[in-house]
Formats: sequence, C-alpha cells, structure tokens
Amino acid sequence: MDKNPILSVKDLVVRFKLRGRVLTAIRSVSIDVFQGESLAIVGESGSGKSVLTKTFMGLLDNNGWIESGSIEYDGKDLAKFKTEKEWLEIRGGKIAMVFQDPMTSLSPLKTIGKQVEEAVVLHQKVKGEEAKKRTLEILAEVGIPDVETRYKQYPHEFSGGMRQRVVIAMALACKPQILICDEPTTALDVTIQAQILSLIKRMQEKYNLTVIFITHDLGVVAEMADRIAVMYAGDIIETGKCDEVFFNPQHPYTWALLGSLPQLGVKGENLYSIAGTPPNLFKEIKGDAFAPRNKYALKVDYVARPPYFSVSETHKARTWLLDPRSPKIEPPEYIRRLKEMEVK
Amino acid sequence: MMDREVLLSVKNISIDYGSGKKVFHAVKDVSFDIYKGETFGIVGESGSGKTTIGRAINRINPTTSGDILFKGKKINGKIDKVTDRMVTEKIQMIFQDPMASLNERAKVDYIISEGLVNVHPEYDAKKRSEMVKAAMEEVGLLPEFASRFPHEFSGGQRQRIGIARAVIMNPELIIADEPISALDVSIRAQVLNMLMKLQKENGLTYLFIAHDLSVMRFICDRIAVVHKGKIVELAETEELYAHPLHPYTRSLLSAIPLPNPILAKQKKHIVYDPSMHDYSTDKPRMEELRPGHFVYGNEKEMNEYKRMVKE
Repeated sequence: MDKNPILSVKDLVVRFKLRGRVLTAIRSVSIDVFQGESLAIVGESGSGKSVLTKTFMGLLDNNGWIESGSIEYDGKDLAKFKTEKEWLEIRGGKIAMVFQDPMTSLSPLKTIGKQVEEAVVLHQKVKGEEAKKRTLEILAEVGIPDVETRYKQYPHEFSGGMRQRVVIAMALACKPQILICDEPTTALDVTIQAQILSLIKRMQEKYNLTVIFITHDLGVVAEMADRIAVMYAGDIIETGKCDEVFFNPQHPYTWALLGSLPQLGVKGENLYSIAGTPPNLFKEIKGDAFAPRNKYALKVDYVARPPYFSVSETHKARTWLLDPRSPKIEPPEYIRRLKEMEVK
Repeated sequence: MMDREVLLSVKNISIDYGSGKKVFHAVKDVSFDIYKGETFGIVGESGSGKTTIGRAINRINPTTSGDILFKGKKINGKIDKVTDRMVTEKIQMIFQDPMASLNERAKVDYIISEGLVNVHPEYDAKKRSEMVKAAMEEVGLLPEFASRFPHEFSGGQRQRIGIARAVIMNPELIIADEPISALDVSIRAQVLNMLMKLQKENGLTYLFIAHDLSVMRFICDRIAVVHKGKIVELAETEELYAHPLHPYTRSLLSAIPLPNPILAKQKKHIVYDPSMHDYSTDKPRMEELRPGHFVYGNEKEMNEYKRMVKE
C-alpha cells in the first residue's frame, strides 16, 4: 500500500438548512484515504457516513453546504468547487459511486446496454461498434451471463443482484480511481451479497481501485476492509486497521456497535443494545457526543470534546478513556468473545 | 420433547399463483409442525416462497392443496365464520416494512386498536384505550404517542407500533416476516430483545421468516431451509449449524458475514447450483437422518448425507 494519501480530508464541517434551522451533519472530520486500500466507514443511520462521501463528489443536497475544511484530491481542493463544470471532471471519471438500491441508479426506460454504453462513450472516448464491444466486455466482466441478449433488456428484467452488477459495470466503465460503495449489498440476500462483495474485491485488484465502503454491517466490514473509520453523530470517533478496530477497540461506541451483532449473542440472553438515541444535531454538541448513552462516561466527557489519542501508528480513538489520567476500564466481555469466535 | 403440544401443523401444502398455462408453483408440498412456545424459523432467499407460506397460514393467500391445522382445526380453504374469527384473533402478523404496513392517515391509537374493534365490538372506548395503553407500554412506547401519526416515528419505533398492533389481540401465534431486516444494527438488537421478552411473558409462539441466518441462529429453536418452494432441510438450530447436510444450506451458511477480520478473509463462499441434483429417475423425498433433522434428497444423496452424519 502506498503511504501517500490519494484523498485527504481536513477539518471538514458540513451543514444543512432544514425548516429554517441549521443542522451540523459533519463536525470537523479529518481522514486520509490511501491509494489502493479499502476503507470502511461504519455507523448508525444518521451518523453522517453518506453525507461525508457525498461531499467527495459534490452531491450534497441543495440545502447543504461545506462550512469549512478542505478535501484535497489530485492537487485540488474539492471543497472549493463551485460550478458543476468543475465537478464533471471528477464525477465518474475520477471518483465513482455505487448506491444501495440499484433501481434508483438505473433508468427504467432505457436498455441496460444503452445505459452502460453511455458511460463508456463519455469516459473512454469511443463511439459506435467499439463502444458496444467494450460495453459487452465490461458486462461480461462483472459476471452477467449471455451479454448479447442482456444488452437489449431493460432493468426490470434483471434481478436485484444482477442490477447491482450492472451499476458496478457502469461505475467501472468510467475508469475511476476511487470507487465509493454506499451500502451496496444492504438490499440484497445473503448469498447474492457474498457474490457482489467478491466481485467488488476482484475488480479492486484488477483495476487497482481505492474503495470506500459505507455500511452498518460489521460482518461485511470484516470481510472487505483494510481500514475502518467508525462514525458517530457526524464525527469519526475511531480509526484503525481492520484487526485493530475489531480486536482492540477503544471507544465505548465501537464496543457498543460490536456488541449489538447478533453473531455475538448468547442464546436465551438478551442481545446487547445501545440505550437511548443519537444526539440532536440541530443543537451544539458539548463534549463527547456519545456520553449520554455511555455507561463508561467520565465527567469530562460532558464538558470537553476528547482529542484523538493514538493507540498505534495506524490506530487512534477520540475518547477520554485513553488519557493516562483516566481510570482503567476493561472493555466488555463480548469483545473477548469476538476474538475467540471460531469458524463453523 | 416428544410430548410437546403441536400448535400449528402444515401438511403437504402447495400454493400456486396464476392458473392454466401461466401457473407458477410458489410452494410445493411443504409440511412442518410448530410446537407451542417455540420459535420456528423459515429461511430462504427472495422468491423462495417463504413469505407465501406465512401468508397462507394467516389466510391471506389461498392454498391449492394440503391442510393447515391450528390447534387441530383446519384453517385453510373454506372454513366457518367462528374458525375464521379465531384465526384473525389468534394468529397475528408482523411485517417487514413498518412504514408500508401502517396506515399513514391514522393515528397510532387507531392503528393499534383496529383489530380489537373488529373482533371485540363489545369493548367500549375506555376499555380499548386502556388496552392500547398497555400494549404500547409492553413494546416500549410511551402512551403519550397514541395521538401521533406513524410518520412522526423512527423506523424502530414504527416497528414497535406494528408489534403492539399484533400483541393487543392476545394472539397465540405471531408470524414475523423479516421484522428486523429494514432496521439499523443497534435498533435490531432492541427489537429482537423485545420480541423475546414478549414471548417469555405471554407464552407466544413465533414463526420467524428471514433470509439472514445470523439473526435466525440467535432467536430460533428450529429452522426450515426453503429453496424454490420446497423445504430442503429442517432441524434444530444448533444441529443445523453444526451439521448442515443439504448443499443449499451449506451455501447459505457460508454466506453469513463473520464479524472477525481474520476468519472473514479466509472464508470461502460455497455456491449452490441446483442442477447438481439429478432427480430424473431416482426420485427425491424427505428423510429424518438424525432425531429431528430432516433433509431432502434422493437415494444416492441420502447415502452421501448419511456418511456425512457419521463423520
């Protein structure tokens, strides 16, 4: 893995105006994405994981804006982009996205072939027969059988898994450097999910892609990610290599998230669940956003926002528990259970 | 285990959609028993017919052939009014998408009490509102929410409304069709815990329909694996996870995401290809290979499975 970040986010703040009130969706996030890695962003709904990646492509809704901070990519600051024209160069060609529901990314009125070919013509600068040839190639590559017939069919003639393959084909036809996958398998069955995940992995290797994975499913994360960023209430509260976050999690929210996995449950006992609800982002958040739901919270958690404490070179977490002055708190027992999990 | 009371018995039911040339056999010759107080799971991918089975029990979908017996009484096909009312009252359903299954123009208190109005018209408004209040408390909703509309709630809370609506009828069997698939991880745990609590307190029996085997393992006592409208394997949960026999079950199990980076990255996904079965001359059947563990296959496959069981 190259140590130079391909995309570098610094102190990003994103706000939305909703019914006359201002909501802070991203509260000063900094993160580097390295060439060729797969980075997973995990968190509950509303934690800001989708909003964060939408800023990389200029896809914020009209009522949202970047308040401050920078997104450096390819020597440019994406946060400063004003016009759609500037974005056209980045969107698709440099950074492409695969969304959760393939039906919303595909037009129901055009054939699959035409839709993929559109991306080929636009980004690979070829036309006519050559464009069609490349379209068929890429459809075959993402595992669509009988491409000649499938080329002429409409999205409704495809199953959910096949549609998602088409969307991935469209994204790849743009020859991007970074592929953002926003919950790509949440709408799919487990068996299809496994197939789509292995397809993404294969494509990543083949095209040397950098993949940013957004998901709330930690099982998917364990399989796909090199590095993990855990988001809560618009902030990244822990980042580290996959093994570090799973086997040596530091932030109580990461503990809680891991604990609510049904795979770790003991039959007959209650599953661990996080009490309370995420904070209201319309209000200013004081201290650690997770403190009110956190039984390990210290007094300082309600007063001051914790800085990042480094656990290792690659692993850091935003929690006062890592401060040398804090009392020593052992992570809950289920974290140990996770390490001892066996293959069945 | 032998003397457990059978609450629901499904006997050789088939369900078709359409008729004539366009007929589609959604469920083919499916049989199983659900015991009182247990959680029975049906797992399969989309289009496998698992939801259709659930809906047939609840009389939403008519069956083409076979019998469904609830407490020994036939409840499918033509039945008398009294039995019909009993089914409406005693078998309740929880749906996947809480927004789609709640009337968006009705207030919560109406949504929850609607079933009561139909089945117990003799209850007056005061009694009804008391029961609504009790049901809401039972599922962890504040009684003040009764005068709100469904859109004012989060996904998890909406699902609780759906559950309250089922619980208020004081049912014996609840059919839960993917009740947590549309929910966030942390909310899932809350809803699952609540369902388990309700089961313990009210002695409920659940039929749980889902595609996610990791959740099923946690909540179900016995699981039936359905593929293309047929049960291919049925066993107690731990037995099924420890000794999966049918290749489709093994494929499903291998697809479960493991929350452990080391294991997840070593994991091999087994792909199931139905064309591997040659049923042209050697006809398949259901057979019990271990106590309570049934698998579907023909003579040749049975011998293979028996060998696997011995290992």
